[in-house]
Amino acid sequence: MIRLENLTKLYGSFVAVDDISLHVPRGILFGCLGPNGAGKTTTLRMIAGILRPTQGRVLLGGDDVHVNPLSAKMRLGFIPDRPFVYDKLTGAEFLRFVAGLYGQEGDSVERRIAELLEVFELTSWKDELVEAYSHGMRQKLIISSALIHRPECIVVDEPMVGLDPKAARLLKDIFRQFVERGGTVLMSTHTLEVAEAMCDQIAIIQHGKIVAAGTVSDVRRQHKAGDASLEELFLKLTGGAQIRELVEVLGAVR
Amino acid sequence: MKQPSLAHVLQPKWRTALQRVREERARGGTGKLIILALVGAGFWAGVFGVLYRILKALRAVEELGPLIPGKILGLILLSFISILVLSNVITALSSFFLAKDLDLLVSAPVDWLRLYLAKLGETLLHSSWMVALMAVPILAAYGVVFKGGVLFGLYALLAIIPMLVLPAVLGCAVTLVLVNIFPARRTRDLLSIIALGAAGGVILLFRMIRPEQLARPEGFRNLLDFVILLRGPTSPFLPSEWASQAIMGYLRHELDPLPLLLLWTTAAAFVTLGAVLHRALYAQGFTKAQEGAERFIRGGLWRWTVGSLLGWLPVAKREFVLKDIKLFFRDTTQWSQLILLAVLIVVYLFNIQALPLHRGEPVGFFYVNLVSFLNLGLAGFVLASIAARFIFPAVSLEGRQMWLLRSSPLDLRALLWSKYWVGTLPLLIGDRLAPELGEQDFHRSNVKLIAIGQERGTDIAPGGVIHLLQMIVRGQEVRPVGHLRSGLAAFQSQQARDGEEGDVDSGFHVICYFPVVIIWLWTTRRASEGQGRQTLLPRPCPSLQT
Repeated sequence: MIRLENLTKLYGSFVAVDDISLHVPRGILFGCLGPNGAGKTTTLRMIAGILRPTQGRVLLGGDDVHVNPLSAKMRLGFIPDRPFVYDKLTGAEFLRFVAGLYGQEGDSVERRIAELLEVFELTSWKDELVEAYSHGMRQKLIISSALIHRPECIVVDEPMVGLDPKAARLLKDIFRQFVERGGTVLMSTHTLEVAEAMCDQIAIIQHGKIVAAGTVSDVRRQHKAGDASLEELFLKLTGGAQIRELVEVLGAVR
Repeated sequence: MKQPSLAHVLQPKWRTALQRVREERARGGTGKLIILALVGAGFWAGVFGVLYRILKALRAVEELGPLIPGKILGLILLSFISILVLSNVITALSSFFLAKDLDLLVSAPVDWLRLYLAKLGETLLHSSWMVALMAVPILAAYGVVFKGGVLFGLYALLAIIPMLVLPAVLGCAVTLVLVNIFPARRTRDLLSIIALGAAGGVILLFRMIRPEQLARPEGFRNLLDFVILLRGPTSPFLPSEWASQAIMGYLRHELDPLPLLLLWTTAAAFVTLGAVLHRALYAQGFTKAQEGAERFIRGGLWRWTVGSLLGWLPVAKREFVLKDIKLFFRDTTQWSQLILLAVLIVVYLFNIQALPLHRGEPVGFFYVNLVSFLNLGLAGFVLASIAARFIFPAVSLEGRQMWLLRSSPLDLRALLWSKYWVGTLPLLIGDRLAPELGEQDFHRSNVKLIAIGQERGTDIAPGGVIHLLQMIVRGQEVRPVGHLRSGLAAFQSQQARDGEEGDVDSGFHVICYFPVVIIWLWTTRRASEGQGRQTLLPRPCPSLQT
């Protein structure tokens, strides 16, 4: 469903993404892990068609995002890490607007809006301006907007940030069901427990390169990690295991 | 795939605007809106009234009567266009490349043409609304004086709309090309180029219209030359000239479809070419604009230079001052406004230089007064603009960082201290240097005012009073206090010693500007009444000669 071919992105002389090739098949929940600044967000923004790769290409369902952007983007629902919502629109107006961007209107859209707001417990807020929403409610609204046009795949950057436990659980269930019905989810996350519990496959990115990919068991096997937890595996692969002793970093408390 | 309509893409914008009005009303802001409308209407009435009187008077002049209003309209529209080009370049940078909603629009399957037209419309509206509002009383005055009738409004609209579209397309195209040329988001370089280009362009435009020729009819061999110049187009290839011709043609009942045709076809061609350029360059430019701020800024230079100079300060104050200076130089949004201010000053100085005052012959008392007070006004304007825009909101601009400041043991006095000095020092230095660069002659003219007053024996030496006021409002200097103590005699002798230092710069001029203007009007009127408007200086003023 999502195919990255030799994807490279340079910011000036800085290599943010370094020759990444990846295939995320249909019906898979795929997790992108990596420390801050590893290149996850840049990769996801290239997949969404916001950034142009310096080299390589991104295919969504066979369509190159930069050659056939309209048909590729029709398949996609994108949730950025710092999403923008028009503050002066109501939740329902915002969803209607996004549906319109995907060429959808009419009763089916209204039904879909009601359905999504109901699922995310935003129905009573649908006519409130977005500026009155809490961070978590905005996040739920953004997720609803990514689902409004029934995409084939969802690309989501740090989906759990700001969600309460109930909403986080709801999101996990939604993504799981979405995948079980044939959809594809590619998400980046720092929450290793979430990745371990939810993802069918993972890729660990470090300095713009994929240092490990596959199921968690595959990665353990590749790196001879035995029964190590994903956290230990992650720290091993990203150099985090060599961090200094906590006491040394914090210093003595006066 | 069915594409969203243009109106749909623009929907959040107009809904947001409507919502803001609603909220204002709900907050009981109807009164505020009414006051705003009344102030606006008053301004319109003022502009209309002044222009109406001028046009009425000009129309009564034989031969030249119908020509000069056309020329004036051409000049007004030309200045509108030059302002619009600059304004559009800067607005396009925000709407096409930095707006927060772009991620949403670009990641959605919205085709390039709709995105272009939506953002072009947004840019056009944001950058042109003020000019469009300003044009209303001006065109109304023309319509009334020349008896244009009810349909004139529609006709003027037909001429003005494409005139607004053209600089918008041009501004967007320039920004698009520049964003593509510069690696990453080098907005700093970009704005420098834009500012330089704009300043150069504005000066060029003002040069092109050769306003000094119109002010010197005696410089023409005969009246015919003057009339020929007036009849000729000011700048035949600029849309402002076409719009002016179209409007004046209608008002003179000499309908010529060519100017309108030129305006609309050029606008259509520009939009088409702009769209083609957008298609070719936007995706690449947008990616470049997303490449974040400059990386790897170590800020070492600031620490070595300013940091060393401020070594004597307590660490909190030093770090605060350093932080503010760094942020100013890295936050290009602050620059654009300073650049605009600088362009205005350049245009002002250029125009003053172009005034017919430098030809060696005696200069009218009125002109000397006028230039002096324009200088005074400029100093006030510059200081007031910078103070109101940058220094006044400095503390509240900390906004989102307040949590950090308030949760730290920072003494709020240190915050206020650093804000005060970071704003005040450049103003004091600029206040001293800027006039020295461009206006030396005109400062001297202020000193001369005193001499004029004394030589004429007018009761209380108007120039002296004015200068005394100037010095009083200087505030930060000790000298005026001395003058006040020792009376006018001491003041005069001090002036003799100070000689060329009688400059107009002052940190607080603006506060006392209006009383000074009133006194100036009063004394000038007295001088004019006593000696007639044509009175000249007893001898050519050396400081006003080139």
